[in-house]
Amino acid sequence: MVTTRILEWLGRLYVGLLLAFLYLPIIIMALMSFNVSPFYQLPFEWTTEWYASLWRNEQLIAATWNSIEIAVITTIISTVLGSAASLALFRYEFRGKKFLQALLFPPIAIPWLITGTAMLIFFFGVGIGRGLFAILLGHVALALPYVIVVVSARLQTFAPELEEAARSLGANQWQVTNRVTLPWIMPGVIAGGLFAFAVSFDQFVVSYFLATPGQTTLPVEIYAAIRKGFTPEINAVSTIIIVVSMALMLLTARFFKFGGEK
Amino acid sequence: MAGVKVSNVSRSFGAHKALDDVSIDFADGGFYALLGPSGSGKTTLLRQIAGFDFPDSGRIAIGGESVERVPVEKRRIGMVFQNYALFPNMSVADNVAFGLSVRGESKAVIATEVQRALDLVQLGKLGARRPHQLSGGQRQRVALARAIVTKPRVLLLDEPLGALDKALRVDMQIELKRIQREIGITTIFVTHDQEEALTMSDRIGILRDGRLVQEGPPEEIYDRPKSEFAATFLGDANIFRGDATGNGIRLPDGTAIAADVGDRLAAGAKASCAVRPERIRIATNAEAADGQANMLKGQVSKRIFAGNNSTYFVERGGQTLKVIVQNTGADRLAEGQEVVLRWSPQSTVLIAAS
Repeated sequence: MVTTRILEWLGRLYVGLLLAFLYLPIIIMALMSFNVSPFYQLPFEWTTEWYASLWRNEQLIAATWNSIEIAVITTIISTVLGSAASLALFRYEFRGKKFLQALLFPPIAIPWLITGTAMLIFFFGVGIGRGLFAILLGHVALALPYVIVVVSARLQTFAPELEEAARSLGANQWQVTNRVTLPWIMPGVIAGGLFAFAVSFDQFVVSYFLATPGQTTLPVEIYAAIRKGFTPEINAVSTIIIVVSMALMLLTARFFKFGGEK
Repeated sequence: MAGVKVSNVSRSFGAHKALDDVSIDFADGGFYALLGPSGSGKTTLLRQIAGFDFPDSGRIAIGGESVERVPVEKRRIGMVFQNYALFPNMSVADNVAFGLSVRGESKAVIATEVQRALDLVQLGKLGARRPHQLSGGQRQRVALARAIVTKPRVLLLDEPLGALDKALRVDMQIELKRIQREIGITTIFVTHDQEEALTMSDRIGILRDGRLVQEGPPEEIYDRPKSEFAATFLGDANIFRGDATGNGIRLPDGTAIAADVGDRLAAGAKASCAVRPERIRIATNAEAADGQANMLKGQVSKRIFAGNNSTYFVERGGQTLKVIVQNTGADRLAEGQEVVLRWSPQSTVLIAAS
């Protein structure tokens, strides 16, 4: 009896430590974004000064908007292209299909540092150069495999007879896709889209390679700001990003769970 | 409503000939079973008629109109799939409405027609349910209602009762037959279950290795099989092999078997005789041969009692023969007993060796 209790207690302690390890730095950072002292001095004095000064930091605001814009456009493009590609891979048999599918996975494993370098060289070679457009292209390329993997996984649970049944009832390709296939894979499409958003919004390495001083994203801008000298504004913007990212991840988790139901 | 004419259809997948020069006429309003073991090409043939796949050569006509290159969505057929293939994201009513809705029918027409179809399959009150809330038999009915609500020219069924248990199968067989009669639609039905084919269809086509082996009404195929395969695949048969004599065959040991049914074969040709187990009489002595020309002696090796009948396995000249005897209350024979088997030439089908 006593042993069970101790084990139970140890288990709780373990989970508590794990959560502390994960969240304590974030919580401290969030708290410090509301602290008057810029040098983490205690006692804690409440202020929203850093959020106000963040609001006045035009460079950071501009970078934030760039990040959001790029993430949204990346999400739309890669979700549409990725879902269409998944459907094509699911429906059609063609020469080199296995090879093509095998080629889709390595980009997820290749370090972003290397992908970033390769993109930089390539974009210079073809005349696109650096800047927001280059960043967008890079992000779409990074996000696509994630969307395809997630949507394809969902398609594995789809019975092909459903499309045949719809066709036998007179539905054309568009009606089959819209009314039968898409509703079924929608949880996968949404989860894929959230992945794409996260990959783009959190992207530092590739963005860093492709950014120019005027055209940059939030993670790159934060990195530059820290190098210049740390201010609690960074805490403030980081707190905002964490809240948004966590909300997104909770949504993703919800859709993945939904996807597992019959 | 329309008949279907399949003429010289062939279809290969790589080196495998799934259909080899198949021709069948499906009469308007008939109930047709395509019967064969797995890999015989019956499903491939159904998919050619449906339009999911196109033949390499040959013609398919529905109601006199050539359709062999028309895709499924333009063929106006109704299809019921083995696993029902109901749309999981839609209610029962929406499933049934799908075919009308993609055709752009008005809401009022759809509501009326859907209700009529659901009433026909006796599911009038379940329109709001989701497919996963239904039993197997109910799903089957929804699939059927969905297939016929668009008033297709042909109804195609791919092993529709395969996933149901025995009792439900029998119910659904009767139900399916009733609905088919009621709307009078040409129906083509793929099955590997010979009993289902026999009880339900007006005509049966037996397929093997992509070829049509025999085609005709169930009674004709059962009583006059044209090959050993047809004889043994549709029902049970005892097969004797020997040389044709002009009115039957002679077995290698010299025993003559007279046959009145089947092909006329030149004397000396290799031939077989097929005899249904229920046509053979079994007795302990040779008396009262009562005009039954064919007689063999053997020994009972096994008896299987099935209530209304018993099956005797009789050893004779290295061959095991099967005899089915109705339970009339007469004395039963014991295993190991010497017996005499007798049957008439009218019960014996002569088949050319294949």
